[in-house]
Amino acid sequence: MSAELPATVPIAETATKLADPKFDLTGGEAPPEPPAPRAIVALREALNGSVVLTILAVFVALVVGAILIASTNTDVQTAAGYFLARPGDTLAAIWQSVAGAYIAIFRGGVYDFTASNFGTGIASILNSLGFATPLIAAGLGIAVGFRSGVFNIGGTGMILVAAACAGWVGFAVSLPPGIHMIVAVLAGLVGGGFWAFLVGFLKARTGAHEVIVTIMLNYIALYLIDYLLNSPVLRDPSSNAPVSPSEKPTAVFFHLLGPSYSLNFGFILVIGATIFCWWLLGRSSLGFKFRAVGENPRAARVAGIHLNRMYIYVMVISGVLVGFAGVYQVLGQITTGFDRGIDAGIGFTAITVALLGRSRPWGVFAAGILFGILQAGSYTMQADQGVNVNVLPVIQSVIVLFLAAPPLVRAIFRLPDPDRRRARAMSKKAVVAK
Amino acid sequence: MSAVTATSPVASGTAAGELKVSYKTPITLGIFALLGVILLVVFGRNGTSVFNFTASNAGAIQLPVVSMPGHLTGVVIAILGVLLALGSGLMARFQRRTPLWYITIFAVVLVTGFLVWASTGIPHELHVTGLLVGALGLSAPLIFGSLGGVLSERVGVTNIAIEGQLLAGAFVSAVTATITHSIIAGILAAAVAGVLVSFVLAVFAIKYVVNQVIIGVVLNTLVAGLTTFLYQQVLLNNIGALNNPPVLKQLPIPGLSVIPIIGPLLFDQNVIVYFMYVAVAGVTIGLFRTRWGLRLRAVGEHPQAADTVGINVGRTRFWNVALAGAIVGVGGSYFTLGNIGPFGANMTNGAGYIALAAVIFGGWHPIRATLASLLFGFATNLGSVLGSIQSPVPNDFLLMLPYVVTIFAVAGFVGRVRGPAAAGRPYIKS
Repeated sequence: MSAELPATVPIAETATKLADPKFDLTGGEAPPEPPAPRAIVALREALNGSVVLTILAVFVALVVGAILIASTNTDVQTAAGYFLARPGDTLAAIWQSVAGAYIAIFRGGVYDFTASNFGTGIASILNSLGFATPLIAAGLGIAVGFRSGVFNIGGTGMILVAAACAGWVGFAVSLPPGIHMIVAVLAGLVGGGFWAFLVGFLKARTGAHEVIVTIMLNYIALYLIDYLLNSPVLRDPSSNAPVSPSEKPTAVFFHLLGPSYSLNFGFILVIGATIFCWWLLGRSSLGFKFRAVGENPRAARVAGIHLNRMYIYVMVISGVLVGFAGVYQVLGQITTGFDRGIDAGIGFTAITVALLGRSRPWGVFAAGILFGILQAGSYTMQADQGVNVNVLPVIQSVIVLFLAAPPLVRAIFRLPDPDRRRARAMSKKAVVAK
Repeated sequence: MSAVTATSPVASGTAAGELKVSYKTPITLGIFALLGVILLVVFGRNGTSVFNFTASNAGAIQLPVVSMPGHLTGVVIAILGVLLALGSGLMARFQRRTPLWYITIFAVVLVTGFLVWASTGIPHELHVTGLLVGALGLSAPLIFGSLGGVLSERVGVTNIAIEGQLLAGAFVSAVTATITHSIIAGILAAAVAGVLVSFVLAVFAIKYVVNQVIIGVVLNTLVAGLTTFLYQQVLLNNIGALNNPPVLKQLPIPGLSVIPIIGPLLFDQNVIVYFMYVAVAGVTIGLFRTRWGLRLRAVGEHPQAADTVGINVGRTRFWNVALAGAIVGVGGSYFTLGNIGPFGANMTNGAGYIALAAVIFGGWHPIRATLASLLFGFATNLGSVLGSIQSPVPNDFLLMLPYVVTIFAVAGFVGRVRGPAAAGRPYIKS
């Protein structure tokens, strides 16, 4: 049966590729007539590359970044002017610009070996963990969606709404220390969860595609926050710009290692969130249903899983996790009052983080830390080497592009294709079955 | 049968056999008419509203300045809106669909009412022609973007990367036009830039079967990062040599451009806008009247069937996505060459996403998508105009309008929108 439908071969192919046998919920069943879970198959392609491919994708992206850095460097351009006379100069200039930039990233993101003592040097990695915290939280939210077959492109909107809710509780309400922080965090999570609930509700009730709804809700949230920041609700009356007042110290995440290091309680919470996601997706019955829906919605429905309810649950959990990124932004990162740019691109970067982490909770955790290091390092790179920080989104998106297309990476590095032999064997088997 | 429909409008259309007309359109119009009554009659504002129809660049013909009593005009327009909504209801009662032109008239009437309401009692006069010209200016890139979106989605490739294509077109056209001192070269380079973004989208979506939404989002990030990086790193240090393009001049069409209101609006524009008219007409005719369009739609609706009759699905998708990229890229050049000249970081500012919204709100039809783009451009311009004349409406809500309307559209409240069946699904030949 499956051999007759042209679209089914890749499904079976990818199904056999899955490492985890219990993950393979639908492998033996005949796939549905129209190739419905195509998107998910493609996503699975993106998520199931090996560790080697991930490292190679990062390497290719760093090479692309190096090309950009070197080609826009004025020393390199000057030296290239007399390349034929003294080619060594050009190569030296290229090496200097690229090595300088990447060493600066290491110094700013991992360990500053030029610092006078260990305490100052280690501040870099702690700073990176601070940048990684919202990326991990939002990445986890997006990953939960991916695993359930739901594309949450609406991180920006959820972060903005969550930040506004948590931020408002943080500056407008007076509560004792500790309790204030908890209430502010909860308010933010509820805000993010509500914004995502709208998506899940519309998808469940009307079938509206979540990609479109989340993109639109991003902009609605942006203009809503902009309006509120210009109204007495969120605006700091003493400021000329549309900025909120400073958060009260009772609501702000406390520093873990003293005031000289930026690492704060938010990082502990995000470790908790990662453990929660690991438990949810790997150990809980709800998470099993999520994955079942993500693998094959039709099979899941036949198995008695209430699809519409699952979409709402997935979106709310995703929104709460992404919302934590917004909470962290106002209570941990920028506590002196937020503006409409509080999202800082996390909503979209989180998609890259989730893909790089292959939607596994600890993978997302690692990817978030890598991106945090790159982000913290890129500021040092800009300050020291004059390389603009916007090389970072280029590197990040190239990583994902190559990660999403393993055949491309294999072609570049002349790696053997592990699927080819298996696919050939399968098609032979299929012919025999016919 | 019609009695059943009248009592349970929601169930209409489900009955087999007889073609049922949905009551969704009349109900939607009714809701808007009701909102109009609440705004214009209940919350009517006293004072006068002054409309000035003369364009700033108008020559011989000077139009009278119209001043209207705010509340009375509002009441008249509200009644008109209710009557139009009732008319739509009558059409549905007699099994007729409300035509598009009828909905357009309804929208124009209510928008006029809103304009009168918002401009009542303000110390300035409202320059209607200026408002419309500005709206068309904001709509032009959206129209290009939505045409590209319609083409690539109709051929079965979801195009989230419109934003990236616009941005790439804007960047490349500014730099090329500065270096070559040729606007035509700039526009052509913009088309090439759009095609390049499309190539990446097409290769990853068609050859590597990567999820198209992911590729679109990543491409937007990539192009935004790349253009911002090059802008900050290179262009800012060499503004004169690299980012100082000439700006297109207005080319009034003799005869047509002196027509009041319509002349300055439609026929006193630059080449890119004239090309836009051609593109809208070309895509519409091509899509529905030519062999190319039929094949394109077949590939987007049922690739397997198209393959069976000998159409090369992959190739059709690849080149039509490339064509879509070229169109969107030209739209990107409007931001620079057609408008202000130099490139600025992230200058498209989400226009690609509004264009995507227009594609969906326009039901994947080029004309409707163009109208949706015009509506969204008008709402955006209205937001900035009303913001500058101290009107009571916060402009953030007008800026929000396109997105809210689109959510309502995909949720099925404003008629049924259904995309091409195979959009977003890669086709793998057995």
